[in-house]
Amino acid sequence: MTKSIMTVDDSASVRQMVSFTLREAGYNVIEASDGKDAVSKINLADLNLIVTDLNMPNMDGIELIKTVRSMPKYKFLPIIMLTTESQNEKKMEGKNAGATGWIVKPFKPEQLLAVIKKVIG
Amino acid sequence: MIDSHRQAFIEEAEELLLELESTLLELEESPTDTELIAKTFRALHTIKGSSAMFGYDDITMFTHDIENVYDFIRKGELKITKDIIDSTLAAKDQIHKMLHPESEENKVDENITRQILEAFRNIVNNQKAINAADDVQTTFSTKTETKTAELVIKEYLISVKPAQAIFVSGTNPLMLLNELTEFGESIVLANFDQIPPLERIDAEKCYTSWEILLKTSKSVDDIKDVFIFVDDQCELKITEIDPEGKLRKEEDFQDFKKLVADIAKTKYPDIKMLLVEFESSLSQIVFNQATQFENKKNKDAGEGHHDSDLNSSIRVNAEKLDELVNLVGELVTIQARLNQIALGNQDQNIISVAEEVERITWSLRDSALNIRMLPIGTTFSKFKRLVRDLSKELGKEVELTTDGAETELDKTVIEKLNDPLIHIIRNSIDHGVESPSERENKGKTRTGNVHLSATQSGGNVLIKIQDDGAGMDKDVIKEKALKMGLINENGELSDSEIYSLIFTAGFSTAKKVTNVSGRGVGMDVVRRAIESLRGSIEVSSKKGLGTTITLKLPLTLAIIDGLLVNISDEFFVLPLSSVEECIELSSDDIEKAHGRHIVNIRGEIVPYVNLRERFNITGERLSIEQVVVANIKGMRVGFVVDKVIGQHQTVLKTLGKVYKNVEGVSGATILGDGTVALILDIIRLAEKEEVEERSSN
Repeated sequence: MTKSIMTVDDSASVRQMVSFTLREAGYNVIEASDGKDAVSKINLADLNLIVTDLNMPNMDGIELIKTVRSMPKYKFLPIIMLTTESQNEKKMEGKNAGATGWIVKPFKPEQLLAVIKKVIG
Repeated sequence: MIDSHRQAFIEEAEELLLELESTLLELEESPTDTELIAKTFRALHTIKGSSAMFGYDDITMFTHDIENVYDFIRKGELKITKDIIDSTLAAKDQIHKMLHPESEENKVDENITRQILEAFRNIVNNQKAINAADDVQTTFSTKTETKTAELVIKEYLISVKPAQAIFVSGTNPLMLLNELTEFGESIVLANFDQIPPLERIDAEKCYTSWEILLKTSKSVDDIKDVFIFVDDQCELKITEIDPEGKLRKEEDFQDFKKLVADIAKTKYPDIKMLLVEFESSLSQIVFNQATQFENKKNKDAGEGHHDSDLNSSIRVNAEKLDELVNLVGELVTIQARLNQIALGNQDQNIISVAEEVERITWSLRDSALNIRMLPIGTTFSKFKRLVRDLSKELGKEVELTTDGAETELDKTVIEKLNDPLIHIIRNSIDHGVESPSERENKGKTRTGNVHLSATQSGGNVLIKIQDDGAGMDKDVIKEKALKMGLINENGELSDSEIYSLIFTAGFSTAKKVTNVSGRGVGMDVVRRAIESLRGSIEVSSKKGLGTTITLKLPLTLAIIDGLLVNISDEFFVLPLSSVEECIELSSDDIEKAHGRHIVNIRGEIVPYVNLRERFNITGERLSIEQVVVANIKGMRVGFVVDKVIGQHQTVLKTLGKVYKNVEGVSGATILGDGTVALILDIIRLAEKEEVEERSSN
């Protein structure tokens, strides 16, 4: 079965890049421009993974992770955060909120796929 | 495709730059507005992030430093000044140029880039020197770090123990193991020790941990990287096996791998089973040696008393063994009760102890029974002499070949088999194998052959006595049977029914009485002996080609594989080896039979024994009863009971002298709750029914 991944980023180009990479790899992709948009679209498909940016207007990545984790359906959903902060602070904040893993921007398509594979196989 | 992405990025970046410019201008008016600061930071952050992905490394590096400044501002460690706004606006223009490196007018002047960064650095140094500078320096240095690949293959023992709550972070530990196993050759062992009893399992928790033996060229850091997302949720131990390379030879690794795989296969109970097996075979060796010693001693004592001496000495041993088996039988019974109590209590501790006791008890039972098992070979070899003497006496040439001498049987069974086998072999040589001249006339070899073979088949041993003699003449048997009044002239008989006539008492087709045959021990005695061992006998013959007699014997007499049934409150066990099927008997069926004890099964008329009547059990007949159909000497006979409970393997207990003559019961067994169940002798029951039916007609 095709796996569904939601990519959340306020930058259309990053989003486009991520979804292009994922679609090429055979995933079904749902795009959202920020946390709030993501929550509104979360039931469009049975998600297997969320790839989210952290710095976003309206609802940021950390808030989104907390919201998703509180949903019974997605209690165990893998969530990968996109982070530029190589400092641990933001990463730890995301981890504590329930993120599964992270990928540090900038990244290459193959790096993204490698991290996804690590998380959902 | 990539170009269209790049175009999208440029457009987006331009938009962001415009937004950045207007935000900066607003910020100049109200420098403490956190919303505006955040907006600026986000714009820079996004430009940095996406530019890296589209190959604008200069923008990334440039923006990164500026973004850091805004990060400090965001955290309140720096304040917005006019200098910062100026420099950021200059930076914005510079980024714009960097976005279009191909156009002449936007040619990037690297000096300006450097000047802008210098300006920012000064601002940071002036206001909050240490942190910022450090950070700017360190961030980029890590990026270009490259690893030197080491291609030495190493073996690691990796222990992975995830925190119970690991699933809550969306982590599937199996994915990590998969990733790890892609590093090279590996063996993964899962450890389920921590899994609690079913009722206490929380499905949202991870109780499993793993041990991985990995052979890879990757480094410890590479392995750690696999678990990078879970380093705080996972106990990870990586041990390099044999770092000095003493075991680096391929064959040694293979050996080690095999060893680990073997250990993985051998769980604790299996080790116990192995020990039990080992112990039982050890005791058997001791026992065999003791028997051999006894044999030798008896032989030395003199031929005359040979048989009785041998028997008496073995009888002593057998009694001791019987006692042991009896005790084990008691243990099995008590253990079954323990199981019932444990299950009734639902106490996990008692259940697990009961299960352990069950396992050990069954092992003990098996090993106790195993002690009684002896290879049939010793009996076989005795017959060589018999055949030699006999063929000489009868002027025939017969050789005995044997097969399956190693097949094991209960010692009691072997002992009791002796006489019937002698009788059958005598018959084969006397009636079966022709004289050498006769054989030559028929185109056979001068020397006849009697083949004795033993094979194990499930819980039974099949012993075949096969000769290549004249075979039996059905017509002669029929004629004789008619004379004796055993069959009707019009009776249709199948081949096996005809051949089974030879087991009738007083039946002999021998034309003359020889020293060998016709001395009063007929085939009926053979049959009774085999049946007393809960065995059965079958004959097949081809005229002119030979006769085969097959004895089917249980492996042991001490254990019976039975079908447990009940009638009212009484429990009975029928030997499962004879049971063919179970069907229902409704009051309709009884009515249709007009009072006769027969039932129609798929068009076949099967007689039955009503056990309730037979044993005078009080209580109402059920409207639907069960008929257990058994095969008795090739005939299907039903036994009517209330309910079929199920398979029941049990230790057989004899009823003692007082009940020795009770017909239709061969022994008893004790059920798990202490109830006694009688073991039915279905052959006798069927015979008795037949006799009574006849006399009533």
